[in-house]
Amino acid sequence: MHSTPLIPLADRERIERQYATVLGRSFLQRFGLAIGLAAATVYLALSFVFFNVGPTLMNGQWDRATAYLQDWISWRAQPRLRFEDGKVTPKWTLRGQYPEGAKIDWLQPRTDGGYTVFYGNADNRLEVTTTAVDVIIDGVSYPVTITADAVRAPADRPSAIRQDETKVIVSYGFAGQAEIRGSQVYVQRRFLGWANFFFDTRSAFWGKSFTELAGLAISGERLDPARSNISAMADDFLENHVWQHGDVFGQLAQTLVMAFVGTLFGTVLAFPLAFIAARNITRNRVANWGMKRAFDFLRSVDMLIWALFFTRSFGPGPIPGIASIFFTDSGALGKVYAEAIENVDEKQREGMKSLGASSALVNRFGVVPQVLPVFVSQSLYFFESNIRSATVIGAVGAGGIGLKLLEAMSTNADWDKVAYMVLLILGVVFLFDNISNTLRWKLIGKQGH
Amino acid sequence: MATTLAQSPEPRLGAQAVTTMRHYQQQLNRRRIYTVLSIAVFTVILVASLDFANSANSGKFLERLPYLFDFLKTFTPDSPVDIFRAMFDLPSPLADGSLKYDFTSERVYITDNIYIPHFIYQLVITVNIALVSTLVGSTFAFCLCFFASTNLVGAGATRFVVRRTMEVMRAFPEIVVAGLITAILSIGPIAAIVAITIHTVGALGKLFFEVVENADMKADEGLRAVGANWLTRVRFAIVPQVLPNFVSYTLLRAEVNVRASTIIGAVGGGGIGEVFRLAIGRDHAAKAYAIIILLLVTIIAIDQFSAWLRRRLMTDKPLLAAPGAL
Repeated sequence: MHSTPLIPLADRERIERQYATVLGRSFLQRFGLAIGLAAATVYLALSFVFFNVGPTLMNGQWDRATAYLQDWISWRAQPRLRFEDGKVTPKWTLRGQYPEGAKIDWLQPRTDGGYTVFYGNADNRLEVTTTAVDVIIDGVSYPVTITADAVRAPADRPSAIRQDETKVIVSYGFAGQAEIRGSQVYVQRRFLGWANFFFDTRSAFWGKSFTELAGLAISGERLDPARSNISAMADDFLENHVWQHGDVFGQLAQTLVMAFVGTLFGTVLAFPLAFIAARNITRNRVANWGMKRAFDFLRSVDMLIWALFFTRSFGPGPIPGIASIFFTDSGALGKVYAEAIENVDEKQREGMKSLGASSALVNRFGVVPQVLPVFVSQSLYFFESNIRSATVIGAVGAGGIGLKLLEAMSTNADWDKVAYMVLLILGVVFLFDNISNTLRWKLIGKQGH
Repeated sequence: MATTLAQSPEPRLGAQAVTTMRHYQQQLNRRRIYTVLSIAVFTVILVASLDFANSANSGKFLERLPYLFDFLKTFTPDSPVDIFRAMFDLPSPLADGSLKYDFTSERVYITDNIYIPHFIYQLVITVNIALVSTLVGSTFAFCLCFFASTNLVGAGATRFVVRRTMEVMRAFPEIVVAGLITAILSIGPIAAIVAITIHTVGALGKLFFEVVENADMKADEGLRAVGANWLTRVRFAIVPQVLPNFVSYTLLRAEVNVRASTIIGAVGGGGIGEVFRLAIGRDHAAKAYAIIILLLVTIIAIDQFSAWLRRRLMTDKPLLAAPGAL
């Protein structure tokens, strides 16, 4: 039987009285959540219009997005095959992924002065001569003719070959693409991984396999008689002119220094000032109030403002970064510290006072032991979050890895370097998170602040 | 009697007490050594860091310090009233056609006569970026956090994946996300929104699942006893307990996000951050001070409002993590 159970009227009244909080809830309690959600949805919809999200997304260059994301994990060789005096000559970009005169297995000269470009296998290739380019896709050949004033693809071309007004664009998917023009062919060949990550082409160690390198490092003949192979390797690695490892590490160190010194100075300044701001320690309303407003001021002036301000006066580098983190954090830490001091157990202070200790001693033994773990763990939290902040304010002008990232992104061609620096930053953040978690755990046990 | 007292000036301790005392002394000494050692290590690191910072900086600290005050001296508006003229886009009597005193050209007109001052309009953009990212980010964090907590999800693999995802979202540099989106969509607030949202999901998700893990499981047990499924248990046993804390954290996050959106604004996200960077870079003192005052007032107002809301919401359960965790 499925029916609503009938409750006698007397019971009903009794239940209603007994559970008034459950049954007789106010309007706001019943519909507050629904109203809040509806308001949030309406607000998001309005913001969608206000920020012009729809049209912006429609006008976005999504084809670029694919290329940029592929750049994170792969590299492109971009030779230009120029047509000069009836011959084809490859010209390389500044990134110089191959040394001069290197034998490249995907770019091979033909006997008639042309070049063959392989895109993965023999069925996908370009046969480049000065008068015609044979585009071979999956074994089928599509001849593109080049005359003095026009480049023409055949009429039966597949969608991978696109005819533009002055050029023909061939796409081989991930393997790369080619732009056939009247005077040259722009070849773009993409490979998984990061090119020349360890050694650039100037290094004697370029192009060697890991086993060869390990052999050289341990027992091999000295390639450079002046220094051991290992130190030569380290130097060549740090001086890699494409990846600039040495410079990147230096910038990363600057970012860490900004976070470390800024937080440390902030802690050192906030510590005594918090005692002045705490109502239970300093019995002076004016001093409490003034100190707390000073903290509010330091905290509320944005880190961006401090950063730009100090960059203007000290010039770009870690000093403005340190100064801006120091100013913001002494305010934020001061506030947190003062709250912690105001919440201490008064019994310990009373005990010290009853022994006739001076006020310095009362604070040293009555307050500090209670608040120190909270202080340290708070400062560690701030340090972690400041590593991230230092990256961002670096980009504003304070220097460090943030600026390096911004430079790499501004060219739109160095996304592999961006990926490398992101990996470094993630590694450093995780490392310091774990260090500070361990420290916190040792200091105050698992729970607590 | 007096002589016996004088003969034993030291209180006699039992053998056990002497051992305890010696043990205490030993521990005290060891602790002192550790303290001195850690302070020494700290000092060495600090001095090395300072030296490194000073040598890496383009201007040396002591050499540049006098210029700080010079900069402060030169960076003053010609008349204090100009600050407020710049704030409300009123024409300046000093106007000479240069950008420095041109306060009126960037008014945002709604009708023919009513306009929103440029800086206030940019501030509205910045605050809206923060609010939208907080709303969207907290929604995602809300949905994710239940899958990361030990007491609700048995599968270790799920927890592992969700937690690591949150960690990466938290630590991923915001400027890279903003830069990538700027490259695709051109400069604008969407880049800032996405960048801040991603960080918010990671940061709030962690705090949320810690709250969920500390929830009282009796309500869950009750629902389990009447055969409720997972979704129902989460909805009626966990969510009512954790919601006040979630809202508190979200409000705190909103405060942090307003600051973040000004900074991201300065590196390509638009809004007041960009305007401020230009103003201070071009030595437009009146404009820069106007923006500083506007930002200060806004941030204090938002902090106070959110503190008031949090006090009203505050239940018997205090926040688990302290502000620094955000």
